[in-house]
Amino acid sequence: MVDTRVTLSGLTLDNPVIPASGTFGYGYEFAELYDINILGSFSFKGTTREPRYGNPLPRIAECPAGMINSVGLQNPGIDAVISQELPRMREVFHKPVIANISGFSVEEYVECCAKIEKEDCVGLIEVNVSCPNVHNGGMSFGVSPESAALVTREVRRVTKKPIYIKLSPNVTDIVSIAAACEQAGADGISLINTLLGMRIDLRTRRPVIANKMGGFSGSAIFPVAVRMVYQVAEAVSVPVIGMGGVSSARDVIEMMLAGATAVQVGAANLVNPYACRDIINELPGVMESLGIHSLQEIIGGAH
Amino acid sequence: MNIRELYTIRENTPAARDVFRMRLEGNTAAFSRPGQFLNIALDGLFLRRPISIADYDESGVLIYYKVVGEGTRRMSGMTPGETLDVLTGLGNGFDVTKSGEHPLVVGGGVGAPPLYRLTRELLAAGKAPHVILGFNTAADVFLTAEFQAMGVPVTVATADGSAGVRGFVTDALRSAAIPYDYVYTCGPEPMLRALYGATDSSGQYSFEARMGCGFGACMGCSCKTKYGYKRICRDGPVLEKEEIVW
Repeated sequence: MVDTRVTLSGLTLDNPVIPASGTFGYGYEFAELYDINILGSFSFKGTTREPRYGNPLPRIAECPAGMINSVGLQNPGIDAVISQELPRMREVFHKPVIANISGFSVEEYVECCAKIEKEDCVGLIEVNVSCPNVHNGGMSFGVSPESAALVTREVRRVTKKPIYIKLSPNVTDIVSIAAACEQAGADGISLINTLLGMRIDLRTRRPVIANKMGGFSGSAIFPVAVRMVYQVAEAVSVPVIGMGGVSSARDVIEMMLAGATAVQVGAANLVNPYACRDIINELPGVMESLGIHSLQEIIGGAH
Repeated sequence: MNIRELYTIRENTPAARDVFRMRLEGNTAAFSRPGQFLNIALDGLFLRRPISIADYDESGVLIYYKVVGEGTRRMSGMTPGETLDVLTGLGNGFDVTKSGEHPLVVGGGVGAPPLYRLTRELLAAGKAPHVILGFNTAADVFLTAEFQAMGVPVTVATADGSAGVRGFVTDALRSAAIPYDYVYTCGPEPMLRALYGATDSSGQYSFEARMGCGFGACMGCSCKTKYGYKRICRDGPVLEKEEIVW
């Protein structure tokens, strides 16, 4: 028997497979298709202080081995998430969940994290610092070590739950940003968010996406993600959750060898709603074929 | 519940200019209403292709698709015996119980197929539908004989007048003075909008959208309605007239 368990900041997961935020809603759609309690955990839809509709349509563009989305953090806002979505989510998912929090100001991150702190079903907070800062000319919090550390430090004050900062790959030096978050009190690092991309319609000669640009995800970005997880894992001592183009059990193992303690699956859920179930089912067989007895032992094995 | 099925192509033949009729064999347990759709995976293309179903029974489904891009072009080259990975039973579909005795059924182009099953169910419910189908030109006309075979009145309109009434479906509606008390429609958005303005009865409008997943997870096709945001793929594609925001 192989052991698929991993431990993330004191939280033991049955396996490292976690659906990524924005590709799994609050779990109900998938709970109709299979028992989602087989998952290690899942990261729910990115949540902001106010309800958001998000960006105009079209929000989706296809790419070779991937897709671009510009949903724009559509969500009902933190209060509705707590009062309406989480009670419904708890009916179908009985393990600690990951709360994905976004903000357009430091105060917004703090307010959302303070509210989610009181929710027992939340085992871990994933703070998405890829959003633009409205008080700083729209520059993303995630593009500089200083602003990423500022968000980390301020949310640290209001929660005892483990905080994982989810980093954007659209930066010149992701390692220095990860290190700054660790120093500011992050319990872990989550990476990578989507890569900024664009497609242009040859007939209309206009960008396919109404908002022109969007986040590129899917198997095409897997090598970029593996590289960045490897670099960050080497530079920090806190756990790393690796993601970006993961779509098979072999990808999960590769991401863990790069240094990830747990692995998120994103776009793959959108083309195969059973992707996470299939990965979890194939994981033991792939481990056996590679002579892996315990997944915990292979974390960072490529370093 | 399993919604992912392997379907075997049993027929893939031209039905009009750039339009193909495809019969697929496989488990249809997830389908429950006319106006639902399936989402087809194609080798080498990341996203699935959502196609509405014209009809289904225990053994399979019938679809019509128009070649508009790489995915549908590839589908048009497939042959009987080949298999397709499909997500089945997607979308809310039409509700036949809400109509009065005389529903008007209006389709534009490849918006016509989902109305085929709908019309059959309206007839089975004892209603007397009148069908209007609009196309650009005579070469694009398809499915009219199948509708006529059900014994319902069918009015055809073409934009250039090369078949049926000259003009749009709204011109056909005016010229024929068809009595109706409810509207079911599927077609390009400008047609839906024109019909919305040209009719005063309630109805159900089926929308098209560029989708990510097709089952409600990604919010890629979320639209504003009078009663909040709805995902075209999951809460639609059929919206009630009263909730539509143009």
